[in-house]
Order: sequence, then structure tokens, then C-alpha cells
Amino acid sequence: MSKAVDRPGAEEIPSAPGARRIKTGAGLGAARLRAAADWPARQVTTSFVLPAVLLLFFLSIFPLLVSAYLSLTRFQFVPGGFALRWVGLANYGKLLVGIEQSHFLGVPKPPTVVGWLLFGLAASVLLLFAVRGITSASGRRGVVGRAAFAVVAGAGIWLAVRTLTPGGFPGTLLTTLIYVVVGIIVQYWLAFLCAQEVAGRRFFRVVFLLPMMITPVGIAYTFRILMDLGKGPFAPVWRALGLAEVSWANYAWGARLVVMLGDIWQWTPFMFIVLLAALESLPAELIEAAMVDGASRWQLFWRISWPQLIPVTSTLILIRMIEAFKIIDLPNVLTNGGPGTATESLTLHAFMAWRTLDIGGSAAVAYMLLFVVTFAALSYVNLAHRRLAEAA
Amino acid sequence: MARVWRVRRAPTALPAWLAVVFYAALVTWAAVVLFPLYWIVVTSFKLPIHVYAGPVYLPFVDFMPSLHAWRYLFVDLRNDTLRPFENTVIVALVSSTLALVLGTGAGYGLLRFHYRPRLSAILLFTATAVLVIAAMAERVHGLAAIGGGVLLFLLVRAVLGRSGRTVGNDDIAFWMISQRMLPPVAVVIPIYVMFQRLSLLDTRAALIITYTAVNLPIVVWLMRDYFRNISLELEESAAIDGASPYRIFWSIVLPLATPGLAATFLLVLVFSWNEYLFALFLTSANAQTLPLSIAAQNATRGPMWWYMSVLILIMITPVIAMAIALERYIAKGLLVGALKG
Repeated sequence: MSKAVDRPGAEEIPSAPGARRIKTGAGLGAARLRAAADWPARQVTTSFVLPAVLLLFFLSIFPLLVSAYLSLTRFQFVPGGFALRWVGLANYGKLLVGIEQSHFLGVPKPPTVVGWLLFGLAASVLLLFAVRGITSASGRRGVVGRAAFAVVAGAGIWLAVRTLTPGGFPGTLLTTLIYVVVGIIVQYWLAFLCAQEVAGRRFFRVVFLLPMMITPVGIAYTFRILMDLGKGPFAPVWRALGLAEVSWANYAWGARLVVMLGDIWQWTPFMFIVLLAALESLPAELIEAAMVDGASRWQLFWRISWPQLIPVTSTLILIRMIEAFKIIDLPNVLTNGGPGTATESLTLHAFMAWRTLDIGGSAAVAYMLLFVVTFAALSYVNLAHRRLAEAA
Repeated sequence: MARVWRVRRAPTALPAWLAVVFYAALVTWAAVVLFPLYWIVVTSFKLPIHVYAGPVYLPFVDFMPSLHAWRYLFVDLRNDTLRPFENTVIVALVSSTLALVLGTGAGYGLLRFHYRPRLSAILLFTATAVLVIAAMAERVHGLAAIGGGVLLFLLVRAVLGRSGRTVGNDDIAFWMISQRMLPPVAVVIPIYVMFQRLSLLDTRAALIITYTAVNLPIVVWLMRDYFRNISLELEESAAIDGASPYRIFWSIVLPLATPGLAATFLLVLVFSWNEYLFALFLTSANAQTLPLSIAAQNATRGPMWWYMSVLILIMITPVIAMAIALERYIAKGLLVGALKG
């Protein structure tokens, strides 16, 4: 027995289907004997999982720990090599309150009246949300979770309101969030509008599969070629509008818009294909029964199809959210993060820091991204996804 | 009567005006998808003058197509074009195969066997691994460090004994799948340092190892769901007949799972084919893959769109061919991932 547990992941009860039924009713002594006899069998079952576990351990958990350490140090060249000097939380402080603040968080300006109104509205909704968590019987964890979400989301909206006012400038954190949120909303609704069970959908499915297969780098160049206002295919349109000599790359929002266009072009079809497949897999009996009962088309959709699509929708949003936070290829190739840092995502920010040998700073940005992704995903799963998935 | 109902799969035939709306939306979106691809194809056959004089749209009508860009990249710059292509093919194929082998085994194991590693053992293993690698970073001899680590691990293990909390299959599966959430940029610097220490920087091996690890979670996730739908009875009867787990896995489970394997392999292959971030960090010249060599055009060639279009085309043609040939499998694979999430 002892040898079998020398490694983590190595101690399992052998329960290949056959073994399980023999085991029932065996005495303790017999179990011990068989445990010895099963030693090779246990190694067999271990061998299924252990390689994957070890590979993931050394290429993800371990680097993650090292990254955490790096983010607390400063990289320096010293005679004969380099040294890592311990600086504590200075790299994070630099991002949040120090010299990198305008890069990471943005340049704030006092909000306009509209900004105040929006913030007040959002804050009251969040407050209501947190209070409802206390009054509804969702347990202490639910209350803390809701309160944490309300505080962080409120801070995020405060940041958005202050940096998006005229004169302000959003940092990489907010830019990434804009890509994620706007991208998902537009993609989902475009896909949703198109996903219908019409004849010939197989053709459209093949066509819509193409963008997902294309590397974002290729898409970035394609969009650069397409969006050239003077020489691209739409040049006559721009000329008619008097925009032929203008370059969107010089305007923060123009550049962001083109990045988002590329992203939407690539991922709307993904949503479409999954939604269509989900629609096709809905049981026909319910709809037939409702039709016999004389339900209208609108009722069929709104009362029967749509509720059954909610779980898929929720999962789709979760998957896209997790992937969308990692965006780097499109902004890097399309605009190189510019103008200034207007289109830089967090991953690109980390890459830029790495390229200037600010390795601690790069790791700190990466960890910030990790916190944001984890928080967003956890909040989404706990506050929305679980409920939506159960709804059907 | 009942039969008539069954045959009419689409009982909700659209009213004419609604059908027109939907087809209009679909056709518009299909045009949005296809036009950029058309433009790339057309641009790759243009002469510089066709581009600079403003847009021309139809070959043979607006302008005479020319093969100059293709000739330049495939004849004059033969090696510079083909080496990244070769790198991409090898890296994508090998890493996808490896990820499929490891991930399929893990997905099956997590579904059919019970694993109960102890939390203390896992933490101990992590701690010793950290110590060993720290020692190696401090230039202790590799073998000595590893030997010491193994000794330490065994010693503390014996002291700790066999008590404490255990971790179940679901925890392991969740841990593996959650790795997909990890932003790659959070782990890339240590991986860079690791491959630098192993002198593997800018080699295909480094990319293959990394992509295998990156793609493992997807394979585990998709294949575990796929195996769940395979009936247990066949496996049970094989086990009673004395077949070993390997044999059951190889001769019974895998053949039944072929469609799932194909879908997963394609998905993973496309991910590796298109990967950008790790290639950006881990390669410089020799092992450069296609996404990087295209991105590099930015700096060296400026707006020479005809060359760029050719490069984009040779990059996307293989995946597009695959997508069209195996569309059915891919759509199904996507659905499994999304529905079971």
C-alpha cells in the first residue's frame, strides 16, 4: 500500500467497472489483501491521468507561482548577469496609484452631469442588488458575494464614468472591459437575430464557420486593408463623405471601433452556430403541442423556445467572456496599441512592459488581468449563470 | 396520424414576410463574412499600381490579375515563406496529437476511475518541486537537487502518514478545465525562463510542449463529456472477460469515440495553428510560426498589401479547407462544449 501513494494523484481505489462489483461485501482483511494484489491495477489507472496532471502542473501551476514572485520583484542588470530585487507590492502600487496609473487605469476627469446621472443610476441598482441579497435568504456567502460584487462593479463604473468623460482617457483595464462587454453584446444579438431554422442553413453554417478558423493576425491585416479609407474597397464611399484623407488610426475611438469590428466579425458566427445547434436540438413535441393548442408564433418563441435557449446563452457568454479577456493579436497588429495606448488590452500592456524589460511590472499587469478574469467569471457563474442554467 | 406529425420536423413553417426578413439578414451577414475573404484573394493578384490608384474590384474587368506577388514569395523568397509554414504544420500537428493522447486518457480516467490524492500530498509535492527548482536556479547540480527533493518528499510523506483531506475526481477535472481561464500572459514569462534554462528557446520543441499544455484542458473537457454518453455495459462485459483497462480503452472506448476525437482534434489543431502569444514570446527566428511571420510584415514591408494577402491566404487556406470538409464534426464539438459547460 505504501508504495502506491508515494506520488500525489497516485492513491485511488481501483474501480474499473468489473472490479467494482466484486468488491461489494468484502471484509476488511480481504480488502487489505486485495489492495496489495491490486497494486499494478492502481498504477494502470494512475497512468491515465498522471501525465496530464504533471504537464499542467509544470506548465501552468508552477509558472503561476513563479509569476506571482516575479510580480513582487524588480529586474535589474548587475555585473555578470541580472538580479531580482524584492520590492514588495511596489509593482502593483505603480499600476494603481503610481506612474503607470494613467496607462493602466486612465486619466480621470470630473464627470459631466450625464456621467453623474449614469453613475447614480448604476450605484442605486447595485445598492438595491446588495440589499436584496441581505433580505433574501441566500446565506452568509451569498451576502458577502453580492456585496463584494456591488463594491467592485461600483468602483468599475466610477472609473468608467470618470475616464470616459471628454478630456479623460481610459486605461488598458477599461479598454479590455470595453472589448469584452461590447463585443459579447453585439455578437450575441447579431447571432441571435440570424439563428433561425430556415432551409439552407447548412450552407450558412459552413460560411459562418470560416471566420473562427482564421488567425486573428490575418484578420487584423485583412481589416487594415479593408478599412483603408483612401485605397480600400469602400474608398468611393469615404470620398463621397469627404473622409478619404482621414485615418481612423489617429482617433482613439476610431481605432477601438476597428478592433471591435474585427473581433465581432470573427466571433459572431461562433455564437450563431452554437445557437442554431441548440435550436435544432430542442424537442419538437413541446412546440407541436403548443401549436395544437393554438399558440401564436410569438408565443411559441417567447414562451417555449427562448426559455430553453437561456442555459446555452448563459454558457456561451461565459465561454466568450473568458476568451475575450485574452485579446492581444488584433490590437497589436491593427494599431500596435495606438494611438498612444488607446487600443491596448491588458495582455498587450503586459507584453509591452516585458519588451522594455520591466519584468516585474509585466507580471503585475498579468496578475491584475488574472484577478479581473477570475472575479468576472466567478461573479457571473454565481450571480447569473447558476440561476439561468437552472431556469430551464 | 402520429406519423405525419413526426415527419414534419419543422411545424413552425415561417410566414412569407418573416422568411424574407431572416433570409435577408442571413445573406447580409454571409456577405459580411465572405467579402473580406474575397478582397484578400483579389488583392493577392494585384499589381502595386492597382492598389495605389484606388480600389479596383473585379479581376479581368477592372484590372488584369498578375501572379507577381505569388512568384516573389514562392520563388524569390522561397525559404523565408516555407520555413514558417513548415514550422506551423509540424508544431500544430504534433502538439494536437500529444494533447489528444494525454487529454483523452485523462478525460477517460477521470470519468471511470476514482482518484483520491490527499491534499497534503499535493501541497508537499508542490513545495518540494519549488525547492528543487529554486536549488537548480542557484546552480546546485541538477541530479543532486532532484535526488534531494525525492528524498525529502518521501521523508515528510512518511512522517505525515495517510491522514488528511482528499481531493476527488470532480476537483481534479475542475482544476484542469479552469486552466482554460488562465490568461496565458500570466504564465508566459516563467515558461520563457524555463525554456531558456533548458536551451529550448526558439525551437519547435518549446512550442510543442507549451501548446500541448494549453490545449489539454479543452481536450479533457470535451472528451470527458463525450465518454459520458458511451454506454458502460460494453466496458463492463469486457472487464469481466478479463480485459485490462488499457485494452478496454484502446479496443472498445476509443473506436466508439472516433467522431468526438475528430472534432476535438480539429478544434485543437486550429487553436495551435493560429496561436500568437506564446509564439511571440518563445520564438525569434528559427521556430517562427506563420502568425508571427505575417505580423512581422508590419515592420519590414509596410503597406505592401499584395504580399500580405498571399501570406494570409497560405495561412488560412488549409484551415478553411478543413473547416469545410469537416463542418459537421466541428459544429457538434462546439455544441458539446457549450451545452455541457
